[in-house]
Amino acid sequence: MSDKDAKITKNEVEYVARLARLDLTDRETERMTDNINDILTYMEKLGEVDTTDVPPMTHAIPKQNVMRPDTVVPFKDTDEILANAPESKDTLFKVPKVIE
Amino acid sequence: MDICSATIHKLAAAYRSGETDPVAATEAFLERIEKVDGKLNAYIRTTADEALARAKEAKTRLEGDDASILTGIPLGIKDLMCTRGITTTCGSKILENFVPPYNATVIERLRDQGAVMLGKTNMDEFAMGSSTEASCFGPTRNPHNTDYIPGGSSGGSASAVAADLCCAALGSDTGGSIRQPASYTGIVGLKPTYGLVSRFGLVAFASSLDQIGPMTKDVRDAAILLDAIAGHDGRDSTSLEMDPPDFTEFLDRGVDTLRVGVPKEYFGEGLDEEVGARVMEMVGVLEKGGAKIVDVSIPRTEHALAAYYIIAPSEASSNLARYDGVRYGFREAGPKDSLIDMFRKSRSGGFGPEVKRRIMLGTYALSAGYYDAYYKKALQVRRLLSDDLEAAFSKVDIIACPAAPTPAYKIGEKMEDPLAMYLGDVYTVTANLAGIPGMSVPAGLNSQGLPIGVQLLAKPLGEQFIFQAASYLEENNPHHTPKPDL
Repeated sequence: MSDKDAKITKNEVEYVARLARLDLTDRETERMTDNINDILTYMEKLGEVDTTDVPPMTHAIPKQNVMRPDTVVPFKDTDEILANAPESKDTLFKVPKVIE
Repeated sequence: MDICSATIHKLAAAYRSGETDPVAATEAFLERIEKVDGKLNAYIRTTADEALARAKEAKTRLEGDDASILTGIPLGIKDLMCTRGITTTCGSKILENFVPPYNATVIERLRDQGAVMLGKTNMDEFAMGSSTEASCFGPTRNPHNTDYIPGGSSGGSASAVAADLCCAALGSDTGGSIRQPASYTGIVGLKPTYGLVSRFGLVAFASSLDQIGPMTKDVRDAAILLDAIAGHDGRDSTSLEMDPPDFTEFLDRGVDTLRVGVPKEYFGEGLDEEVGARVMEMVGVLEKGGAKIVDVSIPRTEHALAAYYIIAPSEASSNLARYDGVRYGFREAGPKDSLIDMFRKSRSGGFGPEVKRRIMLGTYALSAGYYDAYYKKALQVRRLLSDDLEAAFSKVDIIACPAAPTPAYKIGEKMEDPLAMYLGDVYTVTANLAGIPGMSVPAGLNSQGLPIGVQLLAKPLGEQFIFQAASYLEENNPHHTPKPDL
């Protein structure tokens, strides 16, 4: 595919990767650009469908917001949750320094 | 008796006649897994100690009078349903060591019934894939021919049921992940109506499409397992507020009251000839049984596939934002890395290529400037497809069509061409987009000895029609699906 036909450029792929918090190697970026171009070219099909005034359907079943009583339930499994944390201290998750 | 090949209802009867018991049965399955699973890789892990402890409890329970049909029945569980104290990986390095502090609702319900979990089955990473090759634990193989994929993403569960490595299994279906592997391995697989089965504790892929369902050796077992897991759950806000019927009541009712639709869009370009002919032969079986066959049209079928591959990755990119190396899962960071560096390294090192591809596609479709062109457009096409199906179901009770355009393909064949793999989902994604139920029922083998499945679709909460037609097809099917020779 020549660059002018491309749906997405390598630069755009790098930008989207930053948004998605992914580091891609040069090889991954190249493959990703090719793959996404193929897929987006297929997606042109969507343009064939007239969707004027069609309301978007976000869910399979029409659904109202579901409410439940706001009651306090004690939670006892803190240790089990923290056991999954890569790093923790007391009852806190530990992360790299956020503010210099 | 051959314990491992028995259905749920046969094994439950054998427990009651004293022919065998849950401990002996669980031991038999664990032994068979030990012997055979090296060839298939259907299980990510077995939970032998836990299974034997549950089996002993079940044995005692069967001596009393509060046993259910699932008491002591050994099951396989796809490794994306949270099991308290038992590692739940989703086939991903990023969750390699994740031990859930709670059980999924379906797991709780099976436990209450006294079912025995043998282990967690293999899957495409985060259920993104159609072949079970995209697992960080290596590919699962098709028991009918181990050079072939078992389908996916619930390929571990499908392979385990087909190869008698469990009595039955649970899978999940976001775009065909129960029905397509069921068709590729010659078993029964049902994706229920959206909201019929709780998604609480199911690791999310695309929340508006995901649904848990049974994968079984016969149609009755699918009804039995659905009975056990269906029903309202306050912990899932999309769970339908209703009391489900007893699905086993719809079996063996004949088909002379049914109107069966055959959509021409499901028999067009790309469909394997043998698959198409076999599915039409099965439609003929229903007609012979008195069902009325009606031509229907789902004009937006092909566009629905494009819409699906916008909607599912978009939802996935949002759902998978939670994997950041903070609260659980894989973390990668150097001593001088910032928080953002840690996010990036953990995600890049923890996710496999297909998951990264879908996160990228979804992030792109949702990003400023592309939202209307892709995401909104896809949701509008979803509405039109749903309208197509609603119109079709005003004329028919069931739609009969192929579950997949071809039988299983060879391991490695489509790994380098993601779009080719996506195109294989054209007949299954419609049910997820519209929230309707769909089942794949075995229709024998093709000339190469690979299974073919016929798919039955119904309107929302129309599972009863599916069970009615499927049990008739099973009973009157001229094409036997033999057990794989392993």
